[in-house]
Amino acid sequence: MSAVIDHDHAHGHHDHHGGYGGIMRWITTTNHKDIGTLYLWFSFLMFGVGGIMAVVIRAELFSPGLQFVNPDFFNQLTTMHGLIMIFGAIMPAFVGFANWQIPMMIGAPDMAFARLNNWSFWLLPFAATLLALSFLMPGGAPGVGWTMYAPLTVQMGMGMDFTIFAVHLLGMSSILGAINIITTILNLRAPGMTLLRMPLFVWTWLITAYLLLAVMPVLAGAVTMTLTDRHFGTTFFNAAGGGDPVLYQHIFWFFGHPEVYVVALPAFGVISQVIPAFSRKPLFGYASMVYATSAIAILSFIVWAHHMYTTGIPVSGQLFFMYATILIAVPTGVKVFNWVATMWKGSLSFETPMLFALGFLFMFTLGGFTGLVLALVPVDIQLQDTYYVVAHFHYVMVAGALFAAFAGIYFWLPKWTGKMYDETLGKIHFWLTLVFLNMIFFVQHFLGLAGMPRRIPDYPLMFETWNKISSLGAFGMGLAQLLFLYIVVKCIRSGAPAPQKPWEGADSLEWTHLPTPVPYHSFETPPVLH
Amino acid sequence: MNLEQANRRLCMRLALIALGMFGFGFALVPFYGQICAALGVNSLTQRDSVSNTQIDASRTVTIELDSNTHDLPWRFRPLVNHLQVHPGELATVEYEIVNQRAAPVTGQAVPSYGPQFAGEYFKKLECFCFTQQTLAPGETRRMPVTFVVDPKLPRDVNTITVSYTFFEVAGRGGKS
Ligand code: HEM
Ligand SMILES: [Cu+2]
Repeated sequence: MSAVIDHDHAHGHHDHHGGYGGIMRWITTTNHKDIGTLYLWFSFLMFGVGGIMAVVIRAELFSPGLQFVNPDFFNQLTTMHGLIMIFGAIMPAFVGFANWQIPMMIGAPDMAFARLNNWSFWLLPFAATLLALSFLMPGGAPGVGWTMYAPLTVQMGMGMDFTIFAVHLLGMSSILGAINIITTILNLRAPGMTLLRMPLFVWTWLITAYLLLAVMPVLAGAVTMTLTDRHFGTTFFNAAGGGDPVLYQHIFWFFGHPEVYVVALPAFGVISQVIPAFSRKPLFGYASMVYATSAIAILSFIVWAHHMYTTGIPVSGQLFFMYATILIAVPTGVKVFNWVATMWKGSLSFETPMLFALGFLFMFTLGGFTGLVLALVPVDIQLQDTYYVVAHFHYVMVAGALFAAFAGIYFWLPKWTGKMYDETLGKIHFWLTLVFLNMIFFVQHFLGLAGMPRRIPDYPLMFETWNKISSLGAFGMGLAQLLFLYIVVKCIRSGAPAPQKPWEGADSLEWTHLPTPVPYHSFETPPVLH
Repeated sequence: MNLEQANRRLCMRLALIALGMFGFGFALVPFYGQICAALGVNSLTQRDSVSNTQIDASRTVTIELDSNTHDLPWRFRPLVNHLQVHPGELATVEYEIVNQRAAPVTGQAVPSYGPQFAGEYFKKLECFCFTQQTLAPGETRRMPVTFVVDPKLPRDVNTITVSYTFFEVAGRGGKS
């Protein structure tokens, strides 16, 4: 119980921090909790924007033929939906968790570079603005897909340049954030908090930050090459000048596959905090979890060409990337095993965070299995660029990463705000999301197997039934997230006061050593660990 | 060393890693160039060497010729649309380009094959795609392609479509 509480919680207001009030407080803040909050609200906003785009896409696909949007605009929506969800919603959400939780979990007063931290966040709104502006350019936003493949990117209008600069800013933000997180974890741990005593959430973020550091600059390089090809006469990807569009794919996926683990590893971290807390048992196989996470990160660098089986790479190459990809299933299997073993003979209870964690466990594993199916060369040649791929990566990213984010929000919201959310509404939110999610994406497996291509605004009549179900699911999913917003706002405004440790089995420092709500400044003198 | 110095040092190191990885992205370009050269993939516009020119008169393969331009003010066509060859037999076809712009234009032709895998059996000894072509305003040029179809071509392939596309080389005597 170290920190001095320097503001008045009874009023539930957050004025008088850092000398400024109102909006200036948020613009100038260097407090890790404020910045975590900013990241999370930004992420929610982007989730809404990307979600609206998804709903428009699904509305268009409700029936065959063209109804609401023309094919050009449809492609722009798909592209922006992907970019916004990955770089605007999922990644910032987990950086938000990192900001809030890492200092508290390792007993540090704040992040290592507080002002840099402010910068990392405030780059994001500029990036989002650039993305939004690209819609207003002649020719609109780029309709190239979130993978931004050459040569199409070289032919797009000005919107492409806006998108490229947005990706530069997003990359810069991630790199600065990663440097900050690594320095915090390595240098600011409380005495006695050895590396192998850190909560697993901190471990997954340490490894994720190294991944970010290794791959975000490569993405920045890839889009920079696209930019110079467009405007400065270079021919990296232009066959006429001796370049090669396939080269782009190699560079992009060198970033792209580790990127999926940038999204997935922090999600693993959250789940590894939630499941033990609601099983009232310590995490099974802690050390093997750390090793499995590292193994996944390392292997993720040698599987990139499983996205490129059909680009004409030699059979020996296809085999190598197939086996390497399948190998990743081993450490991933270790993790799933450990989560299940943690629950084995535990005394389980099923509050909302646990429900989302269990949803994650089932559906992320399903997404992993369809990943294995896609890893098989002969199968992928058939399924690549069909709705099967769409179903696969939405199971890992929505049912995986997003469910983990929901689990984390419900888990820590009482700690952050000092108030309990409405448990009944939380459970309703979970069940609605679960049902609608499977309604949207499960049927897309069938569509893909039957041959419906992805990134397409129209389709033959025979696909109509499944598409209708999928679209209805999407509308329901959208509405269910309004309920989530209501639950969070209700919790902040009028939730019942939360005890210091609302979850019996939770055992990391923020629960055991800090009051609820956590004071604005925590651990200014390091906690004493036994 | 106090904490602030330690933090700053670590920060510098990590920033160097990020910078290094930015460079690594660019280093991949020559690296892939080397790999392709070493493995002999992606050698579409390079001269092939042919060692064994035993003619397999028992088979006949139809070669279909196609031509396209990509955003280029050229008229580009083969003088014959198709011909029949025996595997192993040396053959020559001619293409014609006309520059219709009142300015010199430089272009580069890139071949593609149907079926795709037939490309590795279509050996080019001479081709206008080996170099860039610069045409004066209004100039007409006829250019040969000399080739051999490798006798190892799988027996079920009876037709190979050879399609050339001319791209403008930006910044050299044309719009950029
Ligand atoms: C862990 C979280 C994961 C995420 C976030 C993720 C995400 C994605 C995404 C976005 C794509 C689509 C690429 C495109 O635009 O074409 C994709 C494709 C693919 N994924 Fe995953 N994935 C994950 C896990 C896995 C796993 C565990 C495997 C296999 C063991 C796997 C294997 C593949 C393969 C082979 C493809 C290529 C499909 C194709 O291009 O046809 N993924 N993934
Ligand atoms: Cu991948």
